[in-house]
Amino acid sequence: MADWQIDLIKVVFIWVWALLIAVVMTWVERRASAMMQDRLGPNRAGPFGLFQPLADGIKLFTKEDIIPEKARKILFVLGPPLFALPAFSAYAVVPFGDKIVLGGKEIILQVSDVNIGFLYVLALGAIGVYGMVIGGWASNSKYSILGGLRATAQLISYEVPMGLALLTIVLLYGTFSLREMVLLQQGTFLGFLPNWGIFKQPLGFIIFLVAAYAEANRVPFDLPECESELVTGYHTEYGSMRLGLYLFGEYVNLGTLAAITVSLFFGGWALPYVDMSKFLGPVAYGIASFTVFFLKQAFFLFLFVWVRWTVPRFRYDQLMGLGWKALIPLGLVNLFVTALLVQLTI
Amino acid sequence: MAKEIETVCVTTGPAEVGDYVALNIGPIHPAMHGTLRVITRTDGETIISAEPEIGYLHRGVEKLGENLTYRQFLPLTDRLNYCSAICNNVAYELAVEKALGIEVPEKAQLLRIIMMELARIADHQVLVGILGVDLGALTPFFYLIIQREEIYEIFEWHHGARLTNSMGTIGGVEAELPDRFHEKWPKMRDSIRKANDETDRLLTHNRIWMDRTIGVNAFCADDALNWGFTGPMLRACGVKRDLRKDEPYLMYDKFDFEVPTGKHGDVFDRYMIRMLEMEESIKIIDQAYAMYQDMPDDAPLMKKVPKIIKPPEGQIYHAIESPNGELGFFIKSDGTDKPYRIKIRPPCYMVYQAFGELVQGEMISDLIACLSSINVIAGELDR
Amino acid sequence: MSLMDRIKDCLGTDLIEISEFRGDVCVEIPKNRVIEAMTSLKEKGGFDFLSDVFGVDNIDLYAAKAKKAKKKKKGEEEEEEPKKQGPPPPRFEVIYLLLSLKTNERLQVRVRVPEDSMDVPSVTGIWKAATWPEREAFDMYGFKFKGHPNLRRLLMWDEFKDHPLRKDYPLEGKGEERHLNYDTV
Repeated sequence: MADWQIDLIKVVFIWVWALLIAVVMTWVERRASAMMQDRLGPNRAGPFGLFQPLADGIKLFTKEDIIPEKARKILFVLGPPLFALPAFSAYAVVPFGDKIVLGGKEIILQVSDVNIGFLYVLALGAIGVYGMVIGGWASNSKYSILGGLRATAQLISYEVPMGLALLTIVLLYGTFSLREMVLLQQGTFLGFLPNWGIFKQPLGFIIFLVAAYAEANRVPFDLPECESELVTGYHTEYGSMRLGLYLFGEYVNLGTLAAITVSLFFGGWALPYVDMSKFLGPVAYGIASFTVFFLKQAFFLFLFVWVRWTVPRFRYDQLMGLGWKALIPLGLVNLFVTALLVQLTI
Repeated sequence: MAKEIETVCVTTGPAEVGDYVALNIGPIHPAMHGTLRVITRTDGETIISAEPEIGYLHRGVEKLGENLTYRQFLPLTDRLNYCSAICNNVAYELAVEKALGIEVPEKAQLLRIIMMELARIADHQVLVGILGVDLGALTPFFYLIIQREEIYEIFEWHHGARLTNSMGTIGGVEAELPDRFHEKWPKMRDSIRKANDETDRLLTHNRIWMDRTIGVNAFCADDALNWGFTGPMLRACGVKRDLRKDEPYLMYDKFDFEVPTGKHGDVFDRYMIRMLEMEESIKIIDQAYAMYQDMPDDAPLMKKVPKIIKPPEGQIYHAIESPNGELGFFIKSDGTDKPYRIKIRPPCYMVYQAFGELVQGEMISDLIACLSSINVIAGELDR
Repeated sequence: MSLMDRIKDCLGTDLIEISEFRGDVCVEIPKNRVIEAMTSLKEKGGFDFLSDVFGVDNIDLYAAKAKKAKKKKKGEEEEEEPKKQGPPPPRFEVIYLLLSLKTNERLQVRVRVPEDSMDVPSVTGIWKAATWPEREAFDMYGFKFKGHPNLRRLLMWDEFKDHPLRKDYPLEGKGEERHLNYDTV
């Protein structure tokens, strides 16, 4: 197989994988929330209601596509793809496994190991905001505009603490490549802990996680679409598959954020204390490393759901206060201390 | 100011009034329970002024009452506050009984108290649940609603309806407590307490919940009295007033229960008062149930009332403590079989007229929280 | 001092009539003295809480009474002409429900309003609680509350012309529809 063929397969694989996670997440979200709330949840379409996302997809695709008369048509149409595409694209640099040997060829389980993968993720996260803002503005509805405004302020504010938290990781590992970061997390730390980012950067991890929830627009930070106040915020005027793209993009975003969390703070595809490559065949090792990565990612996806159905949401000014008055100073202090320690130890 | 708002609400013309943006919330909006509408002028997220617009559920209940006989009007009272229909029924029955000058037998009084307190618990459960939903916490809602269903089951056993109860009749109550109630109540009491406890643990000390509710829409007692607040809204401001204690009707003076009061009149106090009142209601039901069981089996449930009710000429006003506050019925009788004038004093009506003052200067999110904490029921608001 | 005496003491010459039915005391005060009487009831009488304000249309009540009286007269002596009566009693009345929070006593205050002068002084200056009830009374009966900050229709829509709780407002038929511009097919 030529290199481009392998790349194509990887692209298709990661695309299907991202889609699948998003689809299954819609089901998990409903079933898990039902479980937490003493309900049953969707259980009619297929076994355990597993085909429910499919039914929803059909519904969304076959619904009438309405563009409000007073909307800015081009931007209105542009909004949802602009929101969903960056979420998908971020998967390109996610190292979803170590490597696999197929047909005598060693294949790295990552679409492309760019040396600035890390910056790429941040940049795409910033682009995703435009989908919301443009969608909210183009709808020409006050609720949408308010939602779009909230989204802008919130996402820009929380990108700063997120960036600060991630900078400490960069300082620690001295690289921008996500794959190298994962490789640097093998082995043990202080002799008994896995050599994971979370143990070296606990504060950084907390800041990152909070900022990730804000970036993903999840409760308690779901102000841009806050149902009880702004109807559904920036996508109030959307219907059919355009709305579907927004909802879908959100879940894809969750998958990305969970994947980044795993690769930065939880050792990526590696199991703690055990080196799988020593006793597994090259093919089995590839599959096993992917499975480990997936399980870790699944845990964080579930955490998103868990938190969502547990806490109430913030108010707009409180959200800004948390971002600017708590997370950013903490992030700065953390960065300073890390920089000092790195300087002293090297 | 009012004039400007009027032009905005009547026409669909320019959205901006002065330097502020007019935001129309409702009547179709997920947070507007029923068909409420608030026209706000906002500066960013801050509310400069808010004007509630009501009447979307106006059905002319008072006009209907003037053209129906006393007995025929009873089912319409269900449709006022449909969260606690029994309290409306009993309030109306008591008013007519006062006009007739009769008092129902003790067993019927106890039955009414048990059912009313159950309805009060159901009403408070809905309020706390909805308040949670509007602040983004959906889960407690389900814990509470499941318990409300159990209460509705008891209503169904007793008088055959779940939501629009039409319980009892003028002069008494038709049926005794259902047999199944005797086994169900001890179990249900525990499950209600458990659900309240779970809600309490999920919300009360939650940092986000406290931030969202403490100090929001704080209102002082003098203003509250001036605006005609009653019930939990007034008690949240620190005024200890409960018609069950202050103007005892039925047999409420024989029960031992507390009247919880707040301090600041903010959303948190309103929420806490409702949570505490549910516990007090359970205490009342326990005492009433014990007294009910001591009654002889053949004790009468009904007072002899003529089939066609014709109170003598005169006018009376009778108020009870409904879950939302003072619910009063004014009846003017001209000696015929139909009331000459019937006026309902809904509790949330008085509170909701102060809404503009309550939310002024707060944020849009607080407006939603405030609305949920008032417990505005469009049915009794618009009549 | 009993409630009746205290009210008499408090209202003085403003008191037209005082009655009691089933324990509910009802006093009548003249229309032009509403503000003064209410202030005195609030400050001297201790009735510091306004429960409700609403109107009553007595037209049917008077008609029924007149009919009854006529019937009686007919039975007794048919030939006699009905005596010329004084001016007809005012058609409407506004009722204020007051409450004393300290003594838990309730009081109904009645103000008679003739059809040709529907002006009533607004008590919103004394109790803000009267804001919406007065708007509703205006909406339903047409009282013009003088001094009300925002006397607009409350329950009916702004374009509505009638006052539906008046006794002569029809329950169905053309009266209901005459302002709605329905196409009559």
